[in-house]
Amino acid sequence: MNRYLLRRVLIAIPTLLGISFVIFAVLNLAPNDPMAQFALNPGIPFEVRENIRRSLGLDQPWPIRYVKWIWTLVSTGDLGYSFNSRFPVAQLIMLKLPVTIWVLGSAYLISILLAIPIGIISAVKQYSIFDHFVSAFAFIGFSVPTFFTGVLLILLFSVNLHWLPFIYDSTLVVKDTDSLIKLLKQSAMPIMVLALFQTATLARYVRASMLENLPLDYVRTARAKGIAERLVILRHVFRNSMLPVVTLIALGVPGIFGGALITEQIFRVPGIGSLVISSIETSDTPVIMAVNIVYALLVVAFNLIADMVYAFLDPRIKYT
Amino acid sequence: MSKKLFLLVGVIASAALIAACAPAPTAVPPAAPTTAPAATVAPTAAPKAATAAPTAAPAAVAGACGTLRILYWQAVTVLNSHHSQGTKDYDGARLVLEPLAATNPRGEVVPALAVEVPTIANGGVAKDLTSVTWKLKPGVKWSDGTDFTADDVVFTWKYGSDPATATTDAGTLDNVKTVEAVDKNTVKVTWKAPNANPYEAFVTGLGNILQKKQFEPFMGAKSKDGLAQIPVGTGPFKFKEFKPNDVVTYDMNPNYRDFAKGKPCFSAVTFKGGGDAASAAKAVFQTGEVDYAWNLQVEASVLVPMANAADSKGVLGAAVSPNLERLLVNRTNPDPTLGDKRAEPDQPHPFLSDLNVRKALAMVINTTEMARQLYGPAGDGTCLVLNTPLNIVSKNITCPKGDDAAVAAANKLLDDAGWKKGTDGIREKVVGGKTVKMSIIYQTTVNALRQKEQEFVKDAWTKLGVKTELKSVAAGVFFSTDEANPDTAGKFFTDIEMFTNGQESLDPTNYLRGWTCGEIKTKAAKWSGNNYERFCSKEYDDLYAQMTKETDPAKRSEFAIKMNDILVNDVVVIPLVARKSVTGWSKALKGIDLNGAWDSEMWNIADWTNK
Repeated sequence: MNRYLLRRVLIAIPTLLGISFVIFAVLNLAPNDPMAQFALNPGIPFEVRENIRRSLGLDQPWPIRYVKWIWTLVSTGDLGYSFNSRFPVAQLIMLKLPVTIWVLGSAYLISILLAIPIGIISAVKQYSIFDHFVSAFAFIGFSVPTFFTGVLLILLFSVNLHWLPFIYDSTLVVKDTDSLIKLLKQSAMPIMVLALFQTATLARYVRASMLENLPLDYVRTARAKGIAERLVILRHVFRNSMLPVVTLIALGVPGIFGGALITEQIFRVPGIGSLVISSIETSDTPVIMAVNIVYALLVVAFNLIADMVYAFLDPRIKYT
Repeated sequence: MSKKLFLLVGVIASAALIAACAPAPTAVPPAAPTTAPAATVAPTAAPKAATAAPTAAPAAVAGACGTLRILYWQAVTVLNSHHSQGTKDYDGARLVLEPLAATNPRGEVVPALAVEVPTIANGGVAKDLTSVTWKLKPGVKWSDGTDFTADDVVFTWKYGSDPATATTDAGTLDNVKTVEAVDKNTVKVTWKAPNANPYEAFVTGLGNILQKKQFEPFMGAKSKDGLAQIPVGTGPFKFKEFKPNDVVTYDMNPNYRDFAKGKPCFSAVTFKGGGDAASAAKAVFQTGEVDYAWNLQVEASVLVPMANAADSKGVLGAAVSPNLERLLVNRTNPDPTLGDKRAEPDQPHPFLSDLNVRKALAMVINTTEMARQLYGPAGDGTCLVLNTPLNIVSKNITCPKGDDAAVAAANKLLDDAGWKKGTDGIREKVVGGKTVKMSIIYQTTVNALRQKEQEFVKDAWTKLGVKTELKSVAAGVFFSTDEANPDTAGKFFTDIEMFTNGQESLDPTNYLRGWTCGEIKTKAAKWSGNNYERFCSKEYDDLYAQMTKETDPAKRSEFAIKMNDILVNDVVVIPLVARKSVTGWSKALKGIDLNGAWDSEMWNIADWTNK
């Protein structure tokens, strides 16, 4: 087991290096320019612009900048400075992360808690009214884009009903019931939008996986042994059906840290997603790199965790 | 071959906003956010004979207005305005940092940290225009309680003029030779050469004064570390909390010089950023979640009904700005087969170098209709390059109407000039043994509004027998200065391109320099300079040279008007829409004097109130 872990970790290193190189290359070969926003201002002469470019270290060719970047990262853990705000990138990410984890994490948790029972019930009662209803709902959920549901919710709950605010206030500090209610109110719509989408996808997965296992021999055996139907479903079918679902859930976790690009933008949630969008708009390479590399790290890590969980769910799987 | 890398994630949210809901007529009480009771503060100073303060009620008490909620759809990223990335940063800083003098929406320079605006008449400006002496208001304190003195102004110059500091507004200090503190409250700015614009340095948000004590350790190359500093200022507010790319919060500054006079009325401000213009408009007009929403660049058909609705919680304000949406006409040949010679100044354009062609193209565009349909309150159709301030607006030009008569006249002009319609309906002419077809590639940035403008112009040109191919480039690419990138505005490898620009200060000299021969963008000059069209005229250059030497304001204006007339009559650019700054604010908010052009919209925030 330990040797397996070690091997996986060692494989991860070149993977991450490769990912970082490709992203860096793409960002720098792209025809975007961090100085673009200054290009039009006659008050910012060419010399001043070039001066700023130099002060950002952009006068060097990108392969050299890549080597410098990766070396600083590996030797000191420093992710560099944002071109745009000149804030240390690590600090910038730490500032955005709590909001993103709160909104996306809650949405994810809610969708898991909803999707599993919904998936199980609609599989066990296949073609029932409930199943049909859930299927229809799921198709709507994952085919309607978040920018549409987001705006729809704003029109309904903010503009017409005046129940919920649609501008997320990140300066809110939760210290009493009132501020807690405020937090819940301002988070309600983004969480709803994200949870709708994720619940729909996950519920379909759970249902499909359950349906695959239900007609198998071991289920019949369990029933023949006289085990109560509830236990057959939960202890036997469900546990076996969870294998692919666990992969899906585990691989979705890094997504929480990656932020929700569109939803965050619509509701002005100042999370990682909106940071990435504004950084792409201004070609803020250090920030885009940092978010991507952290994301890549998490994907690799959660892949590993998913594999570990397999061994727990299915004792036949052994890692050596 | 143009490489297209799909990097930009288009945020299409606004597209879904068409569902312009009918707001339910629920009885909603007018936005009354935080009710701060009329505080009981001992009247320390009875209001003096009010010094040009239009608003303040006699018994105003600072902080009585509660919290002001401002929404910008671009978030503040830098607090020190000298490293600003754009308007949002200047505006966010302006609540705290102040220049010596501001510019009001009428284009008048008004004192801020200075006692009065120096002029030749009051002896502040030297008769030979080589220096300006500013008298500073006595007794002004920084928000940390220390004295504001002439040393701070001297320091701000040293900080900004050091190339290693790499400030974005260093251009305003270019002509400064030295800045000296004559005494504690007097600063003398000496220019390198006689300067007809005495208000170039330390005026408007570009000239915000920094505290010497705070920023002295962060000069030059160390300025990067200084950006984590929360600037101390002299303005009506002080920074409380800063979350880059998100929000800035402010508290009122009890050390503000007019605090005893009840300014600012707001005790706190939140300056939230992010999202898009369309939903910002919703927040100020429909839900009343914010008191002030900046730059509502939303299509007129959506914005105007929203703002004028019976239950609208806000008002829409539009302020004149120098920003002009215009077509740039390439004088050089962008044909890719020319290789390194492509669009170089010695390669005249096959048909756009013909004045009759340029005239015809300009005549047929009905800019008034275009502005009405696409801009509404956010712009007016125009045919002038300089549209504000009034003293430089030309009266010598009658704008073409773009109607059927104009189309007929333009067609005749082209016929007479020998441009005949070919079998495909496209005009052509044999020039130097080769048949030249009037086929235009017309580029601009990716932007829903701009794409509609492109269609509008294309329609007009189709009536002339001109074939137009539209091209749009992501803004980050279009304005890039990357030399390897063929799609930039600077290289201008198409026949026509469109973007907005305008003079950055009351004085248009810098802006007009952009059409002199020396500013032509060439490969050798790495496409620096501002002459995109590669227009070159001795007459224009002479006027420019005379203007830079002229010191009489009236004569300077005449030069500016003459240069405007050349640019219009020679169709160097085709002006389309004189844009306005469109901002929405809560009906309860008073004292706003919207500044769309010469200074920050926040320039008089100390006078804002909701009482």
